[in-house]
Order: sequence, then C-alpha cells, then structure tokens
Amino acid sequence: MDHWFAVAASIGGVLAISCFLAVGGMFVAMMFGWKFAVLTGLAQTGAALVTAIVALLLIFGGWRMVFIAAGTVGLFAFLSVAVLAITLYERKVLARFHQRLGPMRVGPHGILQPLADAIKIVTKEDIMPAWTDHAVFWLAPIAFFIPTFLIWLVVPFADGWVVADMELGLLYLVAFSVLAIAGLFMAGWSSANKYSMIGGLRAIAQLISYEIPIIVIVITLGLTAGSLNISAVVNAQNTAWYILTQPLAFAIFFLAGLAEIGRTPFDIYHAESEVMGGPFLEYSGAHWAIFYLAEYINTFLLGVFVTLLFLGGWLGPVLPAILWFFIKVFAVIAVMFWFRGTFPRFRIDQLMSLGWKFLIPLAFVNFIVTAVVAFYGLPAYVLAIIELAALVGIAVLVQSKLTSPSRRPTLRLISARELRDAQ
Amino acid sequence: MPQEYAINYGAVVLAAIVGLMAVLFMFLTNYLLAPRRSSAIKGLPFECGVPAAPFTWSQINIRYYIFAILFLVFDVEAVFLFPWVIIYLKSAPIVFYEMLVFLAILLFGLLYGWKKGMLEWQ
Repeated sequence: MDHWFAVAASIGGVLAISCFLAVGGMFVAMMFGWKFAVLTGLAQTGAALVTAIVALLLIFGGWRMVFIAAGTVGLFAFLSVAVLAITLYERKVLARFHQRLGPMRVGPHGILQPLADAIKIVTKEDIMPAWTDHAVFWLAPIAFFIPTFLIWLVVPFADGWVVADMELGLLYLVAFSVLAIAGLFMAGWSSANKYSMIGGLRAIAQLISYEIPIIVIVITLGLTAGSLNISAVVNAQNTAWYILTQPLAFAIFFLAGLAEIGRTPFDIYHAESEVMGGPFLEYSGAHWAIFYLAEYINTFLLGVFVTLLFLGGWLGPVLPAILWFFIKVFAVIAVMFWFRGTFPRFRIDQLMSLGWKFLIPLAFVNFIVTAVVAFYGLPAYVLAIIELAALVGIAVLVQSKLTSPSRRPTLRLISARELRDAQ
Repeated sequence: MPQEYAINYGAVVLAAIVGLMAVLFMFLTNYLLAPRRSSAIKGLPFECGVPAAPFTWSQINIRYYIFAILFLVFDVEAVFLFPWVIIYLKSAPIVFYEMLVFLAILLFGLLYGWKKGMLEWQ
C-alpha cells in the first residue's frame, strides 16, 4: 500500500515540475526563438524522465538500489583513475621496449603525466566539422562509451565485491560488448570523411567476426563451470585455473579479445598509417576524450576478463584477494603492451582469414570436445592433455608454414632480354 | 526470483544513467573551458591537403554485408547454446546428441561458405 502511494506521489510531483518547466520554457522560448525552445523542451523532458526513473527505482528497490547507485558512481570514479594509471603504465612499458625512459617531466618519474593530459584534453576545442551528420556525430561517443561502462556492473573484484551479481553474467558480457560496435560505426559514418567511413566499416567487420570465438569460448567456460555467473566461474577454478585445463581456449580468447578491443596486432580499424585513426579521425576535445576513455576501459576489461575466466580471478595464497586480482590483471595488461611493442599489424584480409578460417572453427571444435569430455564424465586432465597437444601442434604447424622456403620472399635481378623473351 | 531480475534490470538502467551523466558532465566541462573559434577551413574533413571532394555516403564493398549475414547466423546459434550448456548434463542423453547434430549442420554451413569463396576478402 505504501508503495502505491509513494509511486503516485512521485509521478505526480514529476509531472507538476515538468508542467511548471514547460510553461516557463514557453515564455523563454518566445523571447529567444524556436531553436532555444526545442533545446529547452528536450532538456526538460530528459530531466523529467531521468528523475521519474530514478525515483521509481529507489522506491521499488529500496536500500539495494541505493547501494547499486553508489556502486556505479564509485565504479565510474575507479575506472577514471584506472584509465589514467593504465595510460601511464602503457607509455612506461612501451618506452622500455624502445630503450627509452618514457614521460619523466611532470612529477617524479612522470607519474603526474596522465593528469596533465586530462587537463589538456578538456581545454581543447571540440570541433564539429561542417559536413558531418551533426546529431549522430555528437551521440556516437555516448553510444560507444555506455555499453562499455555497463559491462563493469557484473565484474567481481573479489568474492562478493560486485555491483550486480547476475546469474547470466557471461551472457550479459557478450550482449553489451556487441552493442558498443554501433557507436564505432556511428562515429565512422557520420564523420563524412573517407578514412573514417572505411574505418567504421572495418570496425564492424572485425568486431563482429571476432565476437563469435569469444561467445563460443565463454559458452565453453560456462559449460565447464556449470554456471553463467562470473563469480561461480571463478570459484570453480579453486582446484585448477582454466589456463591449465583449457590452454587452447585461453589462446583463442586472448587473441580474439585483442581483436575485439582493437589493440595491436589487430588495430586495423584505427590504423594510423592506413586510415589515420579511422572512426575517431574527425573528433577532438571532450568527444575524442570519451572515445579514448572507452578504449582504455576496454583494455582494462580484457585484462580483467582474462584474469577472471582463466587465471582464477582473486584466488591465491597469503595476499589479500583484491591484491591478487590486480596483480594478475596488470600482468595480463603488460603482455598486451608487450604484443604492441613486438608485433607488426595484420592486413585486413589476413585478419578476416585468421578469424573465420582459423579461430571460429577451432573455437567450435574446442567447444564440442569440452562438451563430449564433460558428457562422458572424463577427468579434467584429459581435456588439458588434448588441448595442450592441439596447441603445440598448431604452433609447430604455423611455425613451419611461416618459415618454409616457399614462403620466403626472394629477390632476383631480371635482365631486359629475359623480360623481352618472356613476352 | 522475479524480484532479483527486477533489481538487475534496475541496476542496468541506473548505471546507464550514471554513465550518461558522467559523459554529459565531461562535455559541459569542455564547453565551459575550451575556446571556440570555428572557420571554414577548420570545418573541412581531414584529407591529403587539396580541397576535399564532396562526401556522398555511398559505394560500400559488398564483403561487409556478407560477413554481417554470416555473423547473424552464428549469433542466433549462440542464443541456443547459452541455455543448453547449463541443462544438458542434467537432461536425457538425446539433448546432447541433438546439439551435436545442430552444430554439425552449422559447421557444414560454414564449410559450404568457405568452399564457395564467401570467406575470401578481395
């Protein structure tokens, strides 16, 4: 009974405030013209909707909802700090690969460099190029950022340290990681620039292709753990981490994940030497900063999910759980930077071949083998031996194919006469 | 537990609102702090230096479309797999064999596309 009264009161209040604003807005609009009126109307409708939704959630959810609201705000603050830390970490690690020192000027050993960068970004002009599709161009960073941020709701940092402990956490992860692709394509399409357009199309082609191996591997892990809840998957690794029992799945997941977040060697869609930054090319100021933030949140996210799904998450002796978690995450991220310092970029046809002709069939075969092993109740080490053998076999095969004499480029001088004779 | 589901949906909506607010706050900060001096040259798209040819949003390679269709097939299949992995060990063996047949058909489709040259990027 209380509930209904509170709901009616809150809806009535919101409507009253909206009406008041609408009447006030009409007067203002008469003074400043129709464009201002439309903007005011949109702003007040949005504000009224948001207020109503938040009020309803707090009324029905009670203290749980207040906790979740505080958790999401805390999550955003934490992610901002983490992104700052990761940018510095990347520059320092990469500098060591290049035999440099990296940023050293701002603060001791350059630790305040990310703050200086952040201040620089928010004080830069936010240019809206003339030919763009203005609305889509303006909304694209939001469409890219919000799904990326929402995935963090289901990330457990330690046992029980999770904002929303969903039973279908793995499905949720997959669903929201696909949604972010729309933001990238919106950015590429609306920029009215040939490089951006190609970058946006490449982003779609690449991300949807590499989504499939990720989905299949995630399902495989759900099968092994017997649950789609991420905390349950971590706790199922109490006896052995999944990197030990499923090394092939780990390799596929890590490679596909690198492609999914667009890091080297899979940074095809924003390759600087080919499409000049792709979908982000025309962006500047705060809009570009949102893309940058989302990209680094994604980097962090891959580190976190490799840790949770394969490296036993927060499990570990002696040290506190949360510390174990971050040690593992930053180790995985260091490997990603190592890749960036070491490997050249793929071509787009090589990228699509790797995805469709190699990773997808392999992920399916891996899934079927895991399902069969689980169905006949064979022990985990059987699966580990099969997968390790497959991994070693593939490595040997790839190595021999890449270094075979027929693949080596040969250089030969051709005389003019030889050319004439050939024609 | 319907209550639990409602809480989870609520959490997603609430987090989306928090994320939106954060982004808009960042835009507002930028709007207040940054200079705004637009010019005709600054509004042109970034290209190689000569005046840019008009952009027409047309002529997309058909390859992207074909891969999108292939993705759709596999994505729909994933929807079947998600519930299956949770229940198949507790169900009758027929459920297991059924899914093997389904996957075989699916992989046959991939092989057929491969043979037809659908996976070649030209």
